[in-house]
Amino acid sequence: MSHIATTIKPMPHDSTNKTVFGFWVYLMTDLVLFATLFATYAVLHNNTFGGPSGKDIFDMPFVLTETMLLLTSSFTAGLAMLSVYKKKKSLALTFLVITFLLGATFLGMELYEFNHLVQEGHSWRESAFLSAFFTLVGTHGLHILSGLIWVSVLMGQLIKKGITVHTTRRLTLFSLFWHFLDIVWIFIFTIVYLMGVA
Amino acid sequence: MAEHKSTNAAGAGHGSLLTYTTGFVLSVILTLGAYYFVVHDSFAHRELIAIIVGLAVAQLMVQLFFFLHLGKESKPRWNLIVFMFMLLVVAIVVIGSIWIMDNLDYNMMPEHQMDEKMMHERDKGF
Repeated sequence: MSHIATTIKPMPHDSTNKTVFGFWVYLMTDLVLFATLFATYAVLHNNTFGGPSGKDIFDMPFVLTETMLLLTSSFTAGLAMLSVYKKKKSLALTFLVITFLLGATFLGMELYEFNHLVQEGHSWRESAFLSAFFTLVGTHGLHILSGLIWVSVLMGQLIKKGITVHTTRRLTLFSLFWHFLDIVWIFIFTIVYLMGVA
Repeated sequence: MAEHKSTNAAGAGHGSLLTYTTGFVLSVILTLGAYYFVVHDSFAHRELIAIIVGLAVAQLMVQLFFFLHLGKESKPRWNLIVFMFMLLVVAIVVIGSIWIMDNLDYNMMPEHQMDEKMMHERDKGF
């Protein structure tokens, strides 16, 4: 009986399932994009063309701070989702604001690092290594930027519309995206920075 | 407790404060561990690389499980299946690129570098 009811009128829960699965498939294709950039970096990271190598330009305590900020923001994004599922709107908003601020600080630090490198004369034009570095890390940074814009819009929707099926679904997608970006960063931190100075 | 086991979107479990906190603490430990080993140069180069890659993969597993709740969804596990397929694609792209480019590098090496490389490999016992 309930079977017939669902075929006639699909439940919102069901369409949410499909949306989240579709978004998951997008994330997986985005992973392939990052994989190609990682492969490019792995191939080119020794081609410094007389310029600096990773050892010369990476400031490790600075990068560790960035890593911790992003990791914490991934955690607070998860806490925001828990609050959403428990229908605690103001708590969810608090966690989203923290997530946003941590993400924005991360991006600010990354831009500071980029600017510092360019000022020192080590821009992407200097060597294949630096081109690959800026492309890989910059692409991650662009994802972070779009995540920050996205979460700002979602916070506005949450304030205006409250916790509904739609806002919950959108926030679920955002949290998947944000956790995904943190996972990509683990590998940037390990492969680019840690292996660069090891 | 029962509500924590309920499944949300895509049939994936959405975890509890405990799972998120566990994931976060483990991630912090794994990150700091890798950082510590590299900064203090605790191991020989080859071992060090193996260890930090191992720690990164461990953190990947931790976050997939505790943050993305992969594997906790109800059957059929499409999320997991798509993820596994992507791992295969990523492995082919990354390992394939490095392999091919390494070969190319070797075969297109200028003569003087080739001599050095041969000497080096002979010293290693090839």
